[in-house]
Amino acid sequence: MKSKNHPLLGIHSLLMMIFIYIPIIIIIVYSFNSSRLAADWSGFTFDWYLSLFENSYVMEALTNTLIVAVVSTVVSTLLGTMSALAMRKTTKKIKAGMGGLLYLPIIIPDIIMGLSLLMLFSQFHIPLGRLTIIIAHITFSISYVHVVVSTRLTGMKDGLEEAAQDLGAGAWQTFRFVTMPQILPGIISGAIIAFTMSLDDFMVSFFVSGPNSTTLPIYIYGQVKRGISPEINALCTILIIVSVTLILLAQFILNKGKGQKKQSVLPF
Amino acid sequence: MIELAGVEKHFAGQVVVHPLSLTIKEGEFLTLLGPSGCGKTTILRMLAGFEQPTSGRILLDGADLTKLPPNRRDLNLVFQHYALFPHMTVEDNIDFGLKMKKLPTKERRERIEEAVAMTQLTPLMKRYPHQLSGGQQQRVAIARAIANKPKVLLLDEPLGALDLQLRKNLQSELKHLQRSLGITFVYVTHDQDEAMMMSDRIVIMNNGQVEQIGSPREVYSKPTTLFAATFIGENNIFSEEGRLFAVRPEKLHGIRDLDAARRTGQIIDVQYLGSIHKVIVQLDEEPMTVSIVLDSSDNHIWQVGERIGVHWDTRDEVNIGS
Repeated sequence: MKSKNHPLLGIHSLLMMIFIYIPIIIIIVYSFNSSRLAADWSGFTFDWYLSLFENSYVMEALTNTLIVAVVSTVVSTLLGTMSALAMRKTTKKIKAGMGGLLYLPIIIPDIIMGLSLLMLFSQFHIPLGRLTIIIAHITFSISYVHVVVSTRLTGMKDGLEEAAQDLGAGAWQTFRFVTMPQILPGIISGAIIAFTMSLDDFMVSFFVSGPNSTTLPIYIYGQVKRGISPEINALCTILIIVSVTLILLAQFILNKGKGQKKQSVLPF
Repeated sequence: MIELAGVEKHFAGQVVVHPLSLTIKEGEFLTLLGPSGCGKTTILRMLAGFEQPTSGRILLDGADLTKLPPNRRDLNLVFQHYALFPHMTVEDNIDFGLKMKKLPTKERRERIEEAVAMTQLTPLMKRYPHQLSGGQQQRVAIARAIANKPKVLLLDEPLGALDLQLRKNLQSELKHLQRSLGITFVYVTHDQDEAMMMSDRIVIMNNGQVEQIGSPREVYSKPTTLFAATFIGENNIFSEEGRLFAVRPEKLHGIRDLDAARRTGQIIDVQYLGSIHKVIVQLDEEPMTVSIVLDSSDNHIWQVGERIGVHWDTRDEVNIGS
């Protein structure tokens, strides 16, 4: 690719990249710093990573995070896929309206999501804990799954399901052998996105968590109030790597569909 | 064998197919021909079971299948854009219908072999649809349908997406296939040449209504309506004393004796097309042009701008109403 752009444009892009990524790079770099003080560099070490695994608070928070992420992913993937399938059969008007409503949780500020859920739970006297975090995560994850699976369904070639019916397949067989294999990449990448969203959600979880249901992001927040330790840097680095890997994997699976157009539904 | 009895279809209060009664014979190649939106595809979809008629009944071998879902009808549809399953090989695509019918493995094997042999797909069995050309995909769609040995094969513009040369080849291939299988074909197209070349009978449709039903020879030489007269082949329409009639370009004569001619006019275009030689004439009396295929015995070289007499035999007039 030969570009005839102004040389300043390249410099501008470079500065932008530095601006965006410097903070993240600093966290990663200092997670390997053998000094406790963030200000000076006194040598390379893996110690902070090792001590993380010996820290029982971290391990408890990790367990909570994984339980919440796995359960909310399974439930939201099922519900999101079902809603995407159901919506295809409705009229255009309902589709537009419902589609908008299902997209809303992605746009609504997290703080409002968190607050409203907290009010709901206290209204119904549901004790705050893992269960409430799971319910909250399902609420916003459904939207992501729904959007990804719907896009995949729209991208499905016309007439495939009719062709299956014409060849003698009943409703279940049509779904099992034709629709399902076609939208499977969408379901999987929707699930991965839901998992990632649950993994690093702080705001919503913060409102609806209770005693003994601390998740990793909440633990990190609690620690940072007492000063940033290299241990936290190490934990953040792990979270960054896991999230980025999962999202890239989701994109890869979604684009893998044979002979299909590239499709990205999320702004990354 | 197939009988449509007063079949009618409305969409959102609009009539898409006016009441239609038609009997399709066993082993017949019947074409529904008309411009897009004339209702031909809707009729095909009602036969396949994807649309329910608003009223009327559809019978196959005397049994009423109006209310049967598509998967329980003994007919198969070849879709316009093939609708091959992208995640299955050619072989698995063809096997799909046989699997759904729960046929024994041995018979499935045999039927697949037979279907790919007939459509010359044997070397491509392990390929995926996206690895095939348009013409090959089209063949897979046909193989997948005929492997089920349906009583009737429905085809929805199956050659619509292909280029002209390939289309011509596949037209004769399809016609040959139909003869050797002996299956009834109901074929939908908007291409009149295709309809003429393949069909035993043509149903000409316009605005949800049947304009004429007949053999290619009948609809060409004896059109009964203005639409039928102009939709198939080129035609010249004249009006005399409130009577409308059509005369084909090859039945018109261009003569130099203007006084003896029925009409006179001026040549506005001369077209030499190899086997035929045509002139387009602007008539003097009427605001219309006519097209004349010149007799090969006429050695006069007509020029643009020249005056010409237009003549025809009364017996070549085809009445198309008033």
